[in-house]
Amino acid sequence: MREVVLERPGDFAEWRGVARGLLASNIAPEDVSWRGASEGASLFGDDVPSLEGEAVTLPRELLAMADRVICHRGAEVPARLYRLVWRAARERQLLARTTDADVDWLRKTDKAIRRDIHKMHAFVRFRRLGEEAGRESFAAWFEPDHRILRLTAPFFRRRFYGMDWAIVTPDARAIWEDEELNYGPGGTRDEVPDSDVVEDQWRTYYGAIFNPARVKIDAMRAEMPKKYWHNLPEAQDIALLLAGAGARVERMREAAVSAANPRTEKWRTRMPDELALDDDGKTLAGLAKAVGRCTRCPLYCNATQAVVGEGPAAARIMVVGEQPGDQEDLQGRPFVGPAGQVLDAALDEAGLDRRRLFLTNAVKHFKFEPRGKRRLHQNPTSAEIDICRWWLDKERALVQPELIVTLGASALRGVTGRSASIKSMRGQVHELAGGAKLIATIHPSFLVRLPDRDRAAEERGAFVADLARARKLAA
Amino acid sequence: MSGKTILQKLAVLADAAKYDASCASSGTVKRDSTASKGIGSTEGMGICHSYAPDGRCISLLKILLTNFCVYDCRFCINRASSNVERARFSPQEVVTLTLDFYKRNYIEGLFLSSGIIRSEDYTMEQLVEVARILREEHRFQGYIHLKTIAGADPALVALAGLYADRLSTNVELPTEAGLESFAPEKKPATIRKTMASVRVGAEDAMEAAKGRLIGKAKPPRFAPAGQSTQMIVGADAARDDDILATADNLYSGYHLRRVYYSAYSPIPDASSALPPVRPPLMREHRLYQADWLLRFYGFARSEIMEGASGGMLDLSIDPKLAWALMKRDIFPVDINRAPRELLLRVPGLGTRAVDRIVAVRRTGKLRLGDLAKLTASVRKVLPFIVTPDWRPGKLTDSADLRARFAPPAEQLTLAL
Repeated sequence: MREVVLERPGDFAEWRGVARGLLASNIAPEDVSWRGASEGASLFGDDVPSLEGEAVTLPRELLAMADRVICHRGAEVPARLYRLVWRAARERQLLARTTDADVDWLRKTDKAIRRDIHKMHAFVRFRRLGEEAGRESFAAWFEPDHRILRLTAPFFRRRFYGMDWAIVTPDARAIWEDEELNYGPGGTRDEVPDSDVVEDQWRTYYGAIFNPARVKIDAMRAEMPKKYWHNLPEAQDIALLLAGAGARVERMREAAVSAANPRTEKWRTRMPDELALDDDGKTLAGLAKAVGRCTRCPLYCNATQAVVGEGPAAARIMVVGEQPGDQEDLQGRPFVGPAGQVLDAALDEAGLDRRRLFLTNAVKHFKFEPRGKRRLHQNPTSAEIDICRWWLDKERALVQPELIVTLGASALRGVTGRSASIKSMRGQVHELAGGAKLIATIHPSFLVRLPDRDRAAEERGAFVADLARARKLAA
Repeated sequence: MSGKTILQKLAVLADAAKYDASCASSGTVKRDSTASKGIGSTEGMGICHSYAPDGRCISLLKILLTNFCVYDCRFCINRASSNVERARFSPQEVVTLTLDFYKRNYIEGLFLSSGIIRSEDYTMEQLVEVARILREEHRFQGYIHLKTIAGADPALVALAGLYADRLSTNVELPTEAGLESFAPEKKPATIRKTMASVRVGAEDAMEAAKGRLIGKAKPPRFAPAGQSTQMIVGADAARDDDILATADNLYSGYHLRRVYYSAYSPIPDASSALPPVRPPLMREHRLYQADWLLRFYGFARSEIMEGASGGMLDLSIDPKLAWALMKRDIFPVDINRAPRELLLRVPGLGTRAVDRIVAVRRTGKLRLGDLAKLTASVRKVLPFIVTPDWRPGKLTDSADLRARFAPPAEQLTLAL
């Protein structure tokens, strides 16, 4: 049996040095007895074997955990950690076996340390010492469960770089001064001021943010155990707040409804009323406003906004699509999503200038089915298309295009009022009541969805040809 | 303006802010004050610096800039017609309070909201000004959550996104009808438009980051902790199904990080339209559980509602268990062979337990005793699983399975 004495409890470098030596000398965990310096073992213990043999490689995750777990106050910790590194050097994937007793212990102990660290990050309360040359200094007293100061001080340095601070614990202290972090011996509570001018404000805030109608003491105590309370200024008020909570809620319940605040009307200087029906469809701008208020079908409930047509009022060609998609719905403009990009490219190729066309949709609101983080496009029903024709007709009346190009079956129904297959309509020029001509073609989203490359190229060619025919017709 | 002290204003404006449930400070980018030599850091994981006796985390200084408001939303303590005491902070006062609290390690940062004064744009400008002073004049690196005022100019929202970690716009009531009758000035479409401008802002910033030249400075992140919203539960007649449908739409349309559900709780000087009820805390809890099933467990809303009745979730058992009891033909599942998606459907197994099961079963067969090390709720899991040394037999289909888990009826009334 070899006896090892650790001089500095919680010091990872010391433990690691010893463990490396033992490991390199192939000394089994059951042949080592670990002692703290204060435990009155033989004064110096046995010599730690010097590093010899090949360096042992260990999983990085294990070392990271050992670095934390060594801070645990349990007397068995150095020995158990050594057994783990001993086993890890021999059993691959040891850490993945979370049901192993040693691994389970490691994970649980590490969790306890991480919780202790987290609570220290949360519950340290600085008190102001003073200010010198514009740099403020603060100090805090804290009592962590384990020897975690060295694991928490870097957090406070990252966070409070621009001020000087000291954290004093029973085991050790950390001091950040002149942009340098140093550690020193443990101290006592009376080294730190017993109050701070801002604490009144903090306690006022704590009391005011508490909702007396939903008292849940167990939830509070699970996350902020009582052992921390004596170092938290706000915790001094908990008993008082709880004692008054019931009465506060009762008062709210019993209070009769009072008359409206007399100053209400003065504050409510009417904001410009968007609802004013100033112009119901006599101009494109007026039409856009009116569509924005449309509740003729339920699609308005979930869409962001109605997307109206875009383009010059004197456009000779009107292009009608189905309905706005995800991007169109967000941006409030037609044909700005993936299908819009396909359309833009095709227009280009057909020699049409998008800026001279009037682009719109048969249905003005986006119809979709939520699926996680995406909205899946849903085809509008015939009824929805027919209800929305009210707006399409108004757009047609204002723009009076010579030619209408319908993209897809929904657009065709929106314009003609009846369902027909695109196949049966395509390739011909139709006359619409009122004199405008009609060309029916596919919707560009059809091209986006085609998996077969050759087929896609072919269909795209036909689409461009349809657009080119439109250009000639309206020339 | 009255001559209130900071302490008096704080009491009024924190009291007015407490009905906003969110106090999260997580999910943002990692930053610290080493380079700026100022103060502040965010570490990805949020920190709750204190807990109030209502069990809620206090992570941020959550206050209103002012509780004067021209809107008259019935459910709100700050509605124009309420006789509640009024106060207003100057932007500088909020900045000083935030820094004073922050330097003492009381908070992770600021959550600033406001009543609507003068106009939506003016109010939004004031909020943005506070964030600007903190970031630019004080090099503050801590967390900032700003309320976006629905209907404010998208340019102001874009500016807010450059200073803030998170933006939020509350829908408050899940249905059009509810909002119309309880909040006449709030327009659901305006709220959705504002949320859309936040999503567009974030996507534009991401595009800009992709297109930058190598070696050029990174463009600023846009609200890296995303956007969130809140719905009040129990103030109007909306059912859980309505609430979850709205949540589903908002998650998919505006990529919200979180939807908060806030049990309506009595407010001082309440409107006569609202019955002064005990806050429905259990209902709120079930909605959060259902929300988690939507986001992390692969459930569709329609599936969750299979375990509900009349559009309301079962209050006495959790929604996953309620669903599993309706779908017993799927169970029991073999812990050692079931795919991840199926394990996620087992009542009592959370995402973390499932991850651990999937990892550890690669190293050997899992037995019942091993399961106890991976999850705390073995009793709940038992009727739904098979291991080499456990078969539930008739238990899975037994008629009294629900009774095993549902608390005795009288406990239900003890919501507090």
